[in-house]
Amino acid sequence: MTILNVLDAQGVTIRFGGLTAVSEFNLSIRPTELVGLIGPNGAGKTTVFNMLTGVYKPTEGEIRVNGVDTKSLKACDITKLGAARTFQNIRVFKTLSLLDNVRIGGHIHYKYSWADSVLHSVKFREHEEQAAQEAIELLSIFDLAHRAHDEARSLPYGDQRRLEIARALAAKPKLLLLDEPAAGLNTGETAGLMAQIHEIRDRFGIAVLIIEHNMELVMGICERILVLNYGKTIAQGHPEAIQNDPVVIEAYLGEPADA
Amino acid sequence: MRNWLVRDVLGITVISAILIGLSYLLGWLPIPGMAYYNRVIVTIGINIILAVSLNIINGHAGQFSMGHAGFMAVGAYTSAYLTYFHFQPFLATMKEGPAQFAMQQVLFLAALLAGGGIAALAGWLVGLPSLRLRGDYLAIVTLGFGEIIRVLILNIDKIGGARGLAGVPAFANFFWVYLFVCIVVIVSWRLIRSQVGRAFLAVREDEIAAEAMGVNTTHYKVQAFVIGSFFAGIAGGLLGHYLVYLNPGMFQFTKSFEAIVMVVLGGMGSISGAVLAAVILSVALEALRFVKEAFGLTADPRMVIYAIVLILLMRLRPQGVLGNREIGSFFRRRNGRSE
Ligand SMILES: Nc1ncnc2c1ncn2[C@@H]1O[C@H](COP(=O)(O)OP(=O)(O)O)[C@@H](O)[C@H]1O
Ligand SMILES: [Mg+2]
Repeated sequence: MTILNVLDAQGVTIRFGGLTAVSEFNLSIRPTELVGLIGPNGAGKTTVFNMLTGVYKPTEGEIRVNGVDTKSLKACDITKLGAARTFQNIRVFKTLSLLDNVRIGGHIHYKYSWADSVLHSVKFREHEEQAAQEAIELLSIFDLAHRAHDEARSLPYGDQRRLEIARALAAKPKLLLLDEPAAGLNTGETAGLMAQIHEIRDRFGIAVLIIEHNMELVMGICERILVLNYGKTIAQGHPEAIQNDPVVIEAYLGEPADA
Repeated sequence: MRNWLVRDVLGITVISAILIGLSYLLGWLPIPGMAYYNRVIVTIGINIILAVSLNIINGHAGQFSMGHAGFMAVGAYTSAYLTYFHFQPFLATMKEGPAQFAMQQVLFLAALLAGGGIAALAGWLVGLPSLRLRGDYLAIVTLGFGEIIRVLILNIDKIGGARGLAGVPAFANFFWVYLFVCIVVIVSWRLIRSQVGRAFLAVREDEIAAEAMGVNTTHYKVQAFVIGSFFAGIAGGLLGHYLVYLNPGMFQFTKSFEAIVMVVLGGMGSISGAVLAAVILSVALEALRFVKEAFGLTADPRMVIYAIVLILLMRLRPQGVLGNREIGSFFRRRNGRSE
């Protein structure tokens, strides 16, 4: 018996006008795998995420999330298949409370209707109670529970990123996609976050795909790494192998010093 | 046990009893010109329904609709058509007395709900283009819709066309208006504290993030339109049956704009803000009537006043009187806010 992959991407290509942003991208992820997607700026990493989550439609290729072809699906339907993401340029719901942010994350699990909301039916109240409790639990994983009723925009940058992860986890995904979760964090914070991501994977038993610009970072926690450069997959494999791959080193050395 | 049903029926009964008591009290108060004040109070109520319902579309779901008067017109004419051509003649065949009175209330409620229902249908139809349009474009489409409805009514002779429809039965009163004020406030309040309302807010805040969290943004935009226009239709029905007269001129763009000014003035997304602004603006407009008479003005100075209100607002408090908060939150201690 074969275990269903949470993700199967095959020959995925996208062109914007004349520019081929990603070409012939292949990636399969098994349940509970921790995979890194790295590459210099503009390599096409975020574009891959946008295709996997339905923001962009690939020009060619096939993407399956939990075995289902996502070709004709909208972004919200792909989330229902079990893929939830965060964004490189933070997209928390700024003027809403942390609690509301996380509760919206659990949107696909709500079963009551607007009529239940208006009538405050038993179904509504049971569901709301449970949702609030689950949201607080998720917030406490990231030490944010004490600020549950504050507006998301009042959080410092790093906490907004953590809130976004909590919100994505509320969807109870099988595959969590994190787009540069450590961007803008200092070294200490980054190490803490990486440990947290590892913890989340173990606790919820989910697969995680992390985009990271900085190669060193993902080395510590990822079991497998895929390197993109100019939209092409130039290497993939174990972290140590990647670290010593001359092609990868060249791609990174070609980068300006501040990268 | 469906105890929520029992509780809500009880709640509505209590609210109704209070409203009936209040309406008698208003009738009995020995104040000279009470009939006039009564009319102002009812007008305020209708404006509250308009502002709170528009706030669901504009404030909560963040879809800039400029066609609220159009939905109002649909509800007004639908319900008036029913009562004028069908219910009134039927009631005339009944013997005068409590049975006729009760029947009148039931039929009026049915007419109002039908008006709201057809307006909701119109809201659904107009909500569909919001699948593709955003911001300014949606505003223009809804503005166009409002005008189309008005021109359509203008050309239907059966319901009076440009002459208007005189002799709409006088079924609406303080009780009915404020019953629906209570209903729209409670419905809006409960929705925004449920997942449906939070989905509206998510759409307003960030559509891409909302979609990524599994919120079908199209579905919720349309749903906001449907709910908002339902209550606009109810407000229209109440207006017609209170003024005993309808005329397409009552539902011009200025009426939509009036509702927008109320929502913006109160603070986009704040229910209590919408109520407060509806009261303030209704009273201000009524006061303006005296100014107009005193200075012997012939033109309607309303649009000038709206412009001044909006300019002042942008200068002094761009987020509206209450911002996106509710009035209660100003009295509660703000705990743990760091900034
Ligand atoms: N919507 C778009 N239209 C045109 N070009 C785009 C679009 N999205 C991404 N690109 C291009 O695709 C390339 C890859 O971008 P991106 O995926 O954001 O890189 P990364 O996340 O690896 O830094 C860039 O050259 C970018 O300009
Ligand atoms: Mg990127």
